[in-house]
Parts: sequence; structure tokens; C-alpha cells
Amino acid sequence: MNLPVIIKFVIDLLAVLLLALGIKGLSKVKSARDANRLAAFAMSLSVVGLLSYYLGTSGIAIQSWIWIIIGSIIGSLFGAILAKKVPMTSMPETVALFNGCGGMSSLLVALGVAIFPISGGQENFDFFKSLINEVSISVSIFVGAITFTGSIVAMAKLQGWLSTPGWTQSKVRHFVNIVFAVASLIAFFDLINGNTSSIWLLVIVSSLLGIGVTLPIGGADMPVVISLLNSYSGIAAAAAGFVVDSQLLIVAGAMVGAAGLILTQVMCKGMNRSLVSVLFGGSLSAQSTSSSGSGEYTNITSCSVEECALTLEAANKVIIVPGYGLAVAQAQHTLREVTKKLEQNGIEVVYAIHPVAGRMPGHMNVLLAEADVPYEQLKEMDVVNPDFPATDVVLVLGANDVVNPQAKNDSSSPLYGMPVLDVQEARTVFVIKRGMSAGYSGIKNDLFDLPNTSMVFGDAKKVLNDLIGELKDLGVGEK
Amino acid sequence: MSFISLLWVLLLGSLLGLELIGKVPPTLHTPLMSGANAISGITMLAALTLIVKAEGNIPLLIIGSVSLGFALFNVVGGFYVTDRMLAMFSRKQSNKK
Repeated sequence: MNLPVIIKFVIDLLAVLLLALGIKGLSKVKSARDANRLAAFAMSLSVVGLLSYYLGTSGIAIQSWIWIIIGSIIGSLFGAILAKKVPMTSMPETVALFNGCGGMSSLLVALGVAIFPISGGQENFDFFKSLINEVSISVSIFVGAITFTGSIVAMAKLQGWLSTPGWTQSKVRHFVNIVFAVASLIAFFDLINGNTSSIWLLVIVSSLLGIGVTLPIGGADMPVVISLLNSYSGIAAAAAGFVVDSQLLIVAGAMVGAAGLILTQVMCKGMNRSLVSVLFGGSLSAQSTSSSGSGEYTNITSCSVEECALTLEAANKVIIVPGYGLAVAQAQHTLREVTKKLEQNGIEVVYAIHPVAGRMPGHMNVLLAEADVPYEQLKEMDVVNPDFPATDVVLVLGANDVVNPQAKNDSSSPLYGMPVLDVQEARTVFVIKRGMSAGYSGIKNDLFDLPNTSMVFGDAKKVLNDLIGELKDLGVGEK
Repeated sequence: MSFISLLWVLLLGSLLGLELIGKVPPTLHTPLMSGANAISGITMLAALTLIVKAEGNIPLLIIGSVSLGFALFNVVGGFYVTDRMLAMFSRKQSNKK
């Protein structure tokens, strides 16, 4: 072994170690931020390692430098700008977009190698010579394309640019996806047989498969899908590692792939959904139309902001249940003002965080942290559920499915078995909501019909602002 | 490296990944996903290799450069948003003291 090889070996080893420590550290609140920076450092280290290896062996042509610089500057710049500008509320779709681009990158590498087999140089770089290379190129293209189109569809659906087309809820979609899957298999084998031109067929059908699989999935399940696609992009990176013969890529890709799978499973558990039903079950609302879950509301009580303020003033203990609606209305800061007033009046305020509040697990914690809500006031579901019977007022803000008692009581409901917050146990429940529309799952919420539930209709931010005014009039928090 | 040893690398890497994440508090699901996602942009190394090995083949240089751009978009953006999210938690903790 000569020096450049040894240096690269040591750097790669160090990078893998740091990446592993990074992923590990990211799963603990205390170490998460440093761990993220450690992983970022490991990534830069790996680039230095690779470039120094080539400088020490084959050298890097000026022309290559130019294209490296162009690609890096444009990619980094756009990534940094988007990451800086994007509001915390659109985190899930942002992660989806980044993830899709990672998949696209693996796809392009494999495509480049497949179309222009490079020969010469120090190593034998003619990739289409061995079966293994063909397989890894195909896998890289297949997984990369699914990751890319799947992530873009997921992003578009979360942004509301794309709705769920009706046909995707029927059995037709299984047929369509099977056709795409079989077509990609055919392209795959054709490619391995040496027919390079079928690479385009593979690109097209696997892209379509990514769309066909993601499109029918309901919004509520999107986080799980994004997490799964995240795992795929790791697999695509590992496959690209086989293509360019890089152990570092294989290790890092495999690690992300496996860790992503575990995270996907953890998320599924939180939502009481199996991965299979997420992927093949279609959206929840489609199932519910045939079940007893749907129906009309019979006993809705609506009340004014003033009444709500009066009840709050008299309370000793208040639990806030924030949901995505709160985030959409950008009302987390206004909410914080309301709770500050209540706290100044000696009222105990706690936030009940359902594991999947927001649109992604942990999303709500991020949003409330942004509004300076003290970390100890955020209570997880299992901790807070026994407290509801001793609670005077529950404020449900833009949450819906996670407070649906159907999940406990109605075994025919598609939500049945999903862990929910037992808000109905509290003395009074106020649901602040724009209208009577169903939640993300599209299922009727039995909570709204209960006698101790009152609806306060209006945009979350406006209602909360009015509430601040009413509380001021009552002299709450003016000490 | 032989194919067999690369397979070993794949196997051990996967096992490592399975072990790394045991119990994750729900608070960290989103940041963890986003951080892991940034790491999957490691495919930028493959793009770099492609560019270095292109030997003046312009279409290949362009493909490599575009691929590198996509990967770095993933890496830089991914780590940056993760840091933004996590900064909120750590700010909370330092306020406490």
C-alpha cells in the first residue's frame, strides 16, 4: 500500500466512526445538536479524504475541478438558502425534497456510469464488464428513481399541490403498480443481459412506480412514507457505493437505510398503523366511508370566545392540545401569550403532545420550542392521559384525529386502536376549529358531539387574539 | 476490493444501523430523520469519483456535476435544517440555567 491509499483508508475509517456516533447522538435530546455537527464534519472529512486520494494517485484534471466547483457551489447554495428560509411548519415537505434530491444524485451517478463506461486510469473502471456492476447500477437507478419521484409526490401532497385522485383509492392502483413493477423487472433483466438501451425503460418505469405507490397514500401517513423513502435513499447510496467501488458509501448508505427502517417502524407504532397497511391500504378516509365511522353530527354546541375566556379564568388546571391547525395558522406565539396570562393568574398550564401531533412525530415540539414554550410544560401522551379527569379545561387547537374517542370506543372505526389523548375526561373541552370539516384521516370526530365539548369556530390565531383581549377585560394576568 | 468483502461491508453497515437507533424520544423523530437524510447525501462521493474519472468526457462531467449538485443540496440543506430544529431545543435548555 502506498501513502495515499493508507491516508484514505484512515480517513474513511474515521468518517464511518464519526457518522455512527452522529446517528447515535441524534437519538438523545442532550447530544443531538453536537451529533448533527459531528456528522456534518464527518461528511466534509470524507470529501477531503477522497480528493486527497485522487490528488496523490491519478491527479485531478483542471476540467474536473471546474465541474466539481460548479456543482458544489450551486447545490450547496440552493440547499443553504432553502434550509434558512423555510418555515418550521413545512419541515416535513422540506425533508422530503432534500431526500428526493439525494435519490436523484444516486440515480445520475449510476446512469452516467452506465451510458459512458469509463475505461483506463489506475483501476479497471469498465463497469459493464461484470454482472455485479450491472446489478448495482440497476438497483441504484431503480431505488434512486423511486426515492426521487416518491419524495416529490410526498412533498407536493403535503404542500397541498396534489390531492389524492379518486382512481388511486380503487383496486386499479394495485394493477397499475404491478404493471410498473413487472416492467421494471423486465428492464432490469434486459439490462443485465447487456442491453444497455433498456436503462431508459428502467428509469421511466421505476419513476412511475415511485409516483404510483406514493400517490394513493393519505396525508396522515405521509411522515411514515417520508421516513421510508429516507431509508431508500440510504439504500440507493449503498448501491451507488457498489457502482464506484467505495466502502465508505456502502457503510454510510447501509447505516442510513437500516436506521431509517427502524425509525419508520417506531413511527408506525406511534400511529398504530402497520407498514403494510400504510403502503397498500390507501388513505384512511377512503376506508371510513363504508364504515360506521362516518355520519352526521347531532349534538354540536358552539360558544363564543367570551364564554371560553370566562371558563378559562375560573379554571385551576388547563391542558392545551396543539395540532397541525395551530401550526398552519402560525398561532404558536399567540398561544404562548394566552398561556402566559393564565400562568400569571396561577393557573397550571400543560401542553399535551400526541406522538404524531403536527404532521411528523416531534414536529409539534419543534414548533412550540420556536415559540419559547418551556420544555417541561410539554407532556407526552402517556404522561398526560391520567391527568385529564382532574383537568378543568382542555383547549384543542387544530388537532382532530388525535383526540377522537372513536379510537377507543368504536371497533369498526378505521382509527380504532390508535393511541389518543383522553380529552373527553376533562370537565370542559373547547375545540377551536375553522369549521366542521373532518380531520386529516377524514373521519368524523365523536368528541364534537359530547355534551362537555364546545366548539369555538374561527381561525386559531384570530380566536386566540380575541381570547387575549377577553382575558385582559377580565383582568387575567394583570398583576 | 472484492465483491465479497464489499458484501461484508454492506452487511456490517446494516447491522450497525439497526443497532444505532434503539429508543428515540418522539421529540427527536423529525430531526433524526432529517439528519439521517443529510447523511444519505454521502452519494456526493460517488458523484465526485465520476467527475474525476471522466477524463474530459463532457456529457459525463455534466452528469457528475449535476449529481454532485443534487447531493450537496441534500447534504448542506439537510444538516442546516436539522441544526435549526435542534437549536430550538438547546436554546430552551440553556435558558433554564
